[in-house]
Amino acid sequence: MSSLETTPSVGTARVKRGMAEMLKGGVIMDVVTAEQAKIAEDAGAVAVMALERVPADIRAQGGVSRMSDPDMIDGIIEAVSIPVMAKARIGHFTEAAVLQALGVDYVDESEVLTPADYANHIDKWRFTVPFVCGATNLGEALRRITEGAAMIRSKGEAGTGDVSNAVTHMRTIRGELRRLSTLPEDELYVAAKELQAPYELVAEVAREGKLPVVLFTAGGIATPADAAMMMQLGAEGVFVGSGIFKSGNPAQRAAAIVKATTFFDDPDVIAKVSRGLGEAMVGINVDDIPVPHRLAERGW
Amino acid sequence: MSTPTIGVLALQGDVREHARSLVLSGAVAVGVRRPEELDDVDALVIPGGESTTMWKLAVAFEMFDPIQQRIKTGMPAYGSCAGMIMLADRIEGGVEGQQTLGGLDMIVRRNAFGRQVDSFEHDLDLPGIQGFRAIFIRAPWVESVGNDVEVLARAGDRIVAVRQGPLLATSFHPELTGDARVHSYFVEMVREL
Repeated sequence: MSSLETTPSVGTARVKRGMAEMLKGGVIMDVVTAEQAKIAEDAGAVAVMALERVPADIRAQGGVSRMSDPDMIDGIIEAVSIPVMAKARIGHFTEAAVLQALGVDYVDESEVLTPADYANHIDKWRFTVPFVCGATNLGEALRRITEGAAMIRSKGEAGTGDVSNAVTHMRTIRGELRRLSTLPEDELYVAAKELQAPYELVAEVAREGKLPVVLFTAGGIATPADAAMMMQLGAEGVFVGSGIFKSGNPAQRAAAIVKATTFFDDPDVIAKVSRGLGEAMVGINVDDIPVPHRLAERGW
Repeated sequence: MSTPTIGVLALQGDVREHARSLVLSGAVAVGVRRPEELDDVDALVIPGGESTTMWKLAVAFEMFDPIQQRIKTGMPAYGSCAGMIMLADRIEGGVEGQQTLGGLDMIVRRNAFGRQVDSFEHDLDLPGIQGFRAIFIRAPWVESVGNDVEVLARAGDRIVAVRQGPLLATSFHPELTGDARVHSYFVEMVREL
């Protein structure tokens, strides 16, 4: 028997990355109230993402979008027993510190909120709480990991219900991983330069053929089939934002997406759970959104 | 049974990491998501993940009763973290109506060590395993055990690893370390039966 005082350590890379490993094969759902959080938990979500407005409303209403009200986050933490995540603005290390103080289980440094710093992301190593960050390609993912991100998600184009950008980002990241793992060692130096990421990390990823952290998908996922396709494209789990609570029957749609994520390779199951779900969120085609309003372009 | 086939319940959680550790320990590892897949395994690992999600999926896909039946008829099983919760006869801190597979005569408290900011690493000694780096993530602990349950390890004064006959459970995640000694212990248990 050993004493707890001798060796334990919190906030290590293994503890942070390990938390994301436990979410694999699961669905993380955006919620804006304690009632929605409860519906998500009852539907089998592995975690909830607490935020003030879902991306579809941020898009519709405009204005500066910030970290959620602490009272609202407390209410959600109180309402459910599953992990609670929350969003901080890109570069806003004080919002992140507040979320850590509130006892949030994961911070999403998110392009869905208005960026606070157009040059720097948060130095995530300085925190005990782990961070998830969005990426559109491998270089961006590796830069976030270098800054301490313990989990990566594709960005997609949040709040649209249009899955096409999530597909592009996931195919890009996976394609670049495959290419990197075929390179001879003497070409990894230039690869690191092109990816704008540290050589040591690039060499590690080339050797392992995968990121050193869990890779989820996010942005525009609205149906069980969307979630299942993203899993087949190599996502290890799914974030669903506006797709659930902007639909006709949130509880049933949420449960259906959970089941389709587990049985992503079984069309019979996906067909069965897709029946009778009612209206999906209306959605916006990404092509119809002017470039300056595309959230996926935020972050660098 | 020199090379046992061990299933990893693949409804949700860190399935791949358990499979890797089982292979390192000399077993054949297969994912199990459907009742008929359970028929082909000598033993079952219930991985780390979210216990409420695993419970709901196990019920929805008609896995819950068949696994419970196999456990009752002596199939060896090992659960880490969420898996420990699933193997406990009784739990505290579960959601309303949360069922467990049971088998281990103990009370487990869910999320007992706290939230993610409290998650930690800690060196443990288990029988025959010295200095094991244990990773605890929003981990449960064992509140109390029945007479037939052997306590294998404690962190501080909390029980974090137990065995009862063919059933093994840990609060922590040996699958995350690449150190396969706990899995080797389980594979040895399966071979002996």
